[in-house]
Amino acid sequence: MLSKKQARAFFLGGTVVTFLIFIGLTIYSFSKAQDQSNDENITEAVVRGKHLWEENNCMGCHTLLGEGAYYAPELTKVIERRGPGYIKAVLMTPVSWEPNGRKMVAYGFSKEEAEDLIAFFEWIGGIDLNGFDRVVSPLSKDEN
Amino acid sequence: MKYKSQKVAYWFFALSMLLFGLQIVYGFIMGFAHAGMDGLHDVIPFNTARAVHTNLLVVWLLSGFMGAAYYIIPEEAQRELVSVKLAYVQLISLALVGVTAIVGYHFNYWEGRKFLEIPRPLDYLVVANVLLFLGLILVTLFKGKRRTTTALVLSMGLLFAALLYLPGMLPFDSQVKDSFFRWWVVHLWVEGVWELIMGGILSFLLIKLTGVDREVIEKWLYVIVGLTFLSGVLGTGHHYYYIGVNKIWLIVGGIFSALEPLAFLAMALFAVNMYRKGEKKHPNKLALYWTLGAAIVSFVGAGLLGFAHTLPQTNLYTHGTLVTAMHAHLAFWGAYAMIVLAIISYSLPNMTGRKLYDSSIGRMAFWFSNIGIIGMTVAFGVAGVVQVYLERKLKMDFMEVQKEVEIHFIVLIICATLFTTGIILYMVDFYKHGRPTDEALDTSSN
Repeated sequence: MLSKKQARAFFLGGTVVTFLIFIGLTIYSFSKAQDQSNDENITEAVVRGKHLWEENNCMGCHTLLGEGAYYAPELTKVIERRGPGYIKAVLMTPVSWEPNGRKMVAYGFSKEEAEDLIAFFEWIGGIDLNGFDRVVSPLSKDEN
Repeated sequence: MKYKSQKVAYWFFALSMLLFGLQIVYGFIMGFAHAGMDGLHDVIPFNTARAVHTNLLVVWLLSGFMGAAYYIIPEEAQRELVSVKLAYVQLISLALVGVTAIVGYHFNYWEGRKFLEIPRPLDYLVVANVLLFLGLILVTLFKGKRRTTTALVLSMGLLFAALLYLPGMLPFDSQVKDSFFRWWVVHLWVEGVWELIMGGILSFLLIKLTGVDREVIEKWLYVIVGLTFLSGVLGTGHHYYYIGVNKIWLIVGGIFSALEPLAFLAMALFAVNMYRKGEKKHPNKLALYWTLGAAIVSFVGAGLLGFAHTLPQTNLYTHGTLVTAMHAHLAFWGAYAMIVLAIISYSLPNMTGRKLYDSSIGRMAFWFSNIGIIGMTVAFGVAGVVQVYLERKLKMDFMEVQKEVEIHFIVLIICATLFTTGIILYMVDFYKHGRPTDEALDTSSN
């Protein structure tokens, strides 16, 4: 029968080993050859867009890369789906946007801010998402 | 209660109750908004309600864990807390930081990163607060007469939880990296070190409630937390399938997160077996209900429902849908809310001296809240599956699908009302116990 000492060794050993593997895999997946996060295309506009995304807690309603809340649409391939003109209009409108009666906060972004957010979404759209991009992209419709 | 300083736990639990109540209010705001009734949109838009709802959950659970530690550690270490005054300072500062953050969310003062919305300046205060807490607990433990496994596992969980808060504060320009390290905090908390805290509290409760030998219980505690880390650390990979990192995570995350239910299964079997084995039947039936309930419901909510959408093939379609909300509600309830309610139910009569062990209010609280949340889980589940099918498979427009699932949010609200009734009854029971008193000090040997 298992002794308490063996049980403790199992706990400590297992934890250390899995944590080391976890750190190893983290380093591996962000190494240059394996990186698929579209890192090389991050521009200043993308970074500004990301800040706007965070400052306004867009993730509190929308999902991006499948992460966030489930109250408003997934925005990973939104530029491809709606086109930049539509997105710009939604972002800049001073009155509440209400598709099908569900309200979005009227942020009334400036033209520059809207462009930064669009740059951010375009950058997001270029990430290799292991197939998830197809699931949330309208272009995959024919493949199913 | 064996040490006067254990009384400080009462106030942490009271804060927990208050914030829990508020969390439910914001949950209702979101439920109604989903059902098409968003009258509060101009005052409390959905993203505010959402940030408040999830952050209050974290704060009330942390307050509950801290209360549990202030109650358990003196008893395990067999000495008074090193400083009761500082413990109160820690309580008040925790409440202040929490309230400031919550109020700030109503004025666009946040970071906008899911679950970690607390703005950076407040992050540093959280760190200072947690350091003070850990200092008090660890010094008490090391000055104590004995160092038990239960106390060590609980303290280790709290210490790691504090350390793991730090990766969430790293700034990144890339959304992918931001997300990647955000899960180091969120996942490794919830599916890692918080389970250590849960295991520690569970072990303490089982020792007290069943009378099974400490050595036996603590041996199995090691096995369970061992299984938790063995599966949970690499199981983090299930958040990395589709966020823009290497395919290696599909394999690693898939295999290890499929093993995660084992830790919860072990915990459920462990609790039930210890209960059966125990010869001493403690008269505090309610504490026993909540303790066994936590072990069993966490297996269903965290283990089984987590497994339901953790495989990469399934998650490809369920990622970022209401299916996640289905799993999250029962998992947090079973694993963490119920264990906090269990330690409160156990310790309250000991701190106040009122032995309301088996009140009908207490029993109704247990059943109403549990039946209510199971109904909520089913409502979320149905809405989620419908959403996945219509939106991800048939490629229907997001809002068209939302219209289709509105009815399930009405069901959700009805079930949530039952759940809330249960929680209100629990609070009534809490209130009825009155305040903690030194007269409740138990001077008998065990």
